Amino acid sequence: MPPELFLDLYSPPCRAIYIFALKNGIPFQLRPVELGRGEHLKPEFLKVNPLGKVPALRDGDFLLAESVAILLYLSRKYQTAEHWYPPELQARARVDEYLAWQHTAVQLPATNVYLCKSLLPHFSGQPVDQERLDRLMGKLRPALQHLDQEVLAAKPFLATEQVSLADLMAFTELMQPTAVGCDLFRDWPRLAAWRARVEAALGPELVQEAHKLVLQPRDPRDAQRDPKLAQELVHRLLERLG
Amino acid sequence: MGLELYLDLLSASCRAVYIFAKKNSIPFDFQFVDLLKGHHHSKEYIEINPLKKLPSLKDGRFILSESVAILFYLCRKYSTPSHWYPPDLHTRARVDEFMAWQHTAIQLPMSRILWIKMLIPRITGEEVPAEKTEQMLTEVRTNMQLFEEKFLQDKMFITGDHISLADLVALVEMMQPMGGNYNVFLNSSRLAEWRMRVELAIGSGLFWEAHDRLMKLAEWDCSTLDPMVKEKICELLQKFR
Repeated sequence: MPPELFLDLYSPPCRAIYIFALKNGIPFQLRPVELGRGEHLKPEFLKVNPLGKVPALRDGDFLLAESVAILLYLSRKYQTAEHWYPPELQARARVDEYLAWQHTAVQLPATNVYLCKSLLPHFSGQPVDQERLDRLMGKLRPALQHLDQEVLAAKPFLATEQVSLADLMAFTELMQPTAVGCDLFRDWPRLAAWRARVEAALGPELVQEAHKLVLQPRDPRDAQRDPKLAQELVHRLLERLG
Repeated sequence: MGLELYLDLLSASCRAVYIFAKKNSIPFDFQFVDLLKGHHHSKEYIEINPLKKLPSLKDGRFILSESVAILFYLCRKYSTPSHWYPPDLHTRARVDEFMAWQHTAIQLPMSRILWIKMLIPRITGEEVPAEKTEQMLTEVRTNMQLFEEKFLQDKMFITGDHISLADLVALVEMMQPMGGNYNVFLNSSRLAEWRMRVELAIGSGLFWEAHDRLMKLAEWDCSTLDPMVKEKICELLQKFR
């Protein structure tokens, strides 16, 4: 039985796993989880991942959460090509370094930009709060600067000379605000070149397919479907975004 | 020059690396980077780590940041006993799972408690609004519960019968609020027992040696605080308003 992958392709880590599995011919059963309908918080899903987040994996009796852990698990179980998670001590350490750093340095601020630009206006019916957006973009800037000026100064990809799990995670993460119109790459030429390189390495069609959902403008009628839920989400978003 | 570790044991991430290296008799030079004096912003340290964060490892010309990456590197390079990062596919995944989750679920909130309960009031003379404090504490309680129910369950350690990197990282982070006299283990005897088990597996001497600076934080004379660090802290307080 192939493993089940519980994913919502609106989520960057889910896209990373989706792309990784397809790219490497890893068989899986896709179990869609619609975050927008709160499916990740329902008892049925919490049995799979009590942490209430996507992505999640179920392989027979074995349950696993956390995208980084899932990617490493899949790379080991299916013995994917070495460049994804190189065996050499220092090269591997560079991938580990990025995968650890990105949780708070990239994922958190990039998600906040996306929430402010897309989800908050969608559920509140209000236009984008430009001041808040600028502030949140400012929080992401140090990471972009570090990647462009320091990390990519010496090599074509984030960890080594070839595309790795680090690039895959970074790519889907930075595509999130980009997909809704925030031009993250404008000030960072090396990062822009890196993005093109990663897309070429992953395969443009696969990238396009994985990003189809997040690239679509949201249907305003979705937000009006459950006004009480929308209000609750707006409240939570405002609390989170400050 | 041998292995150098750039550390301030006030930081939980630094304590994890320090304890692991000492426990496994990995020889290293302890390069003290004093966070309270703002030395992580010094020109010398920026050359080691432009992100100005601790810990960092320097092995010849190879420089590495991020405690999780450093711990994995040390495991591999020094072939430490396999229970720290078990080779079995599923067991290893459990460690990876915790190591990923903890960044935002444990480390961040635990560190925030120390700021809110101790550092901000001490340095600025002002308390953080009660509502914000309560919000932070609720988040911590929720995550401690998740830790107990999902990661620890009824086992001795996270992976089963033996201590691993996951327990080490979990514990040093959960100790952080102790610097402000806040004990997160009070509500659960299961967690308190696990805490003791991890301490004993590490060795109480080494454990408390590593936590000495944190435990003495309350005695610290903050008039010696670097003005740049003080400014940053005042900015932090603004965020909590």
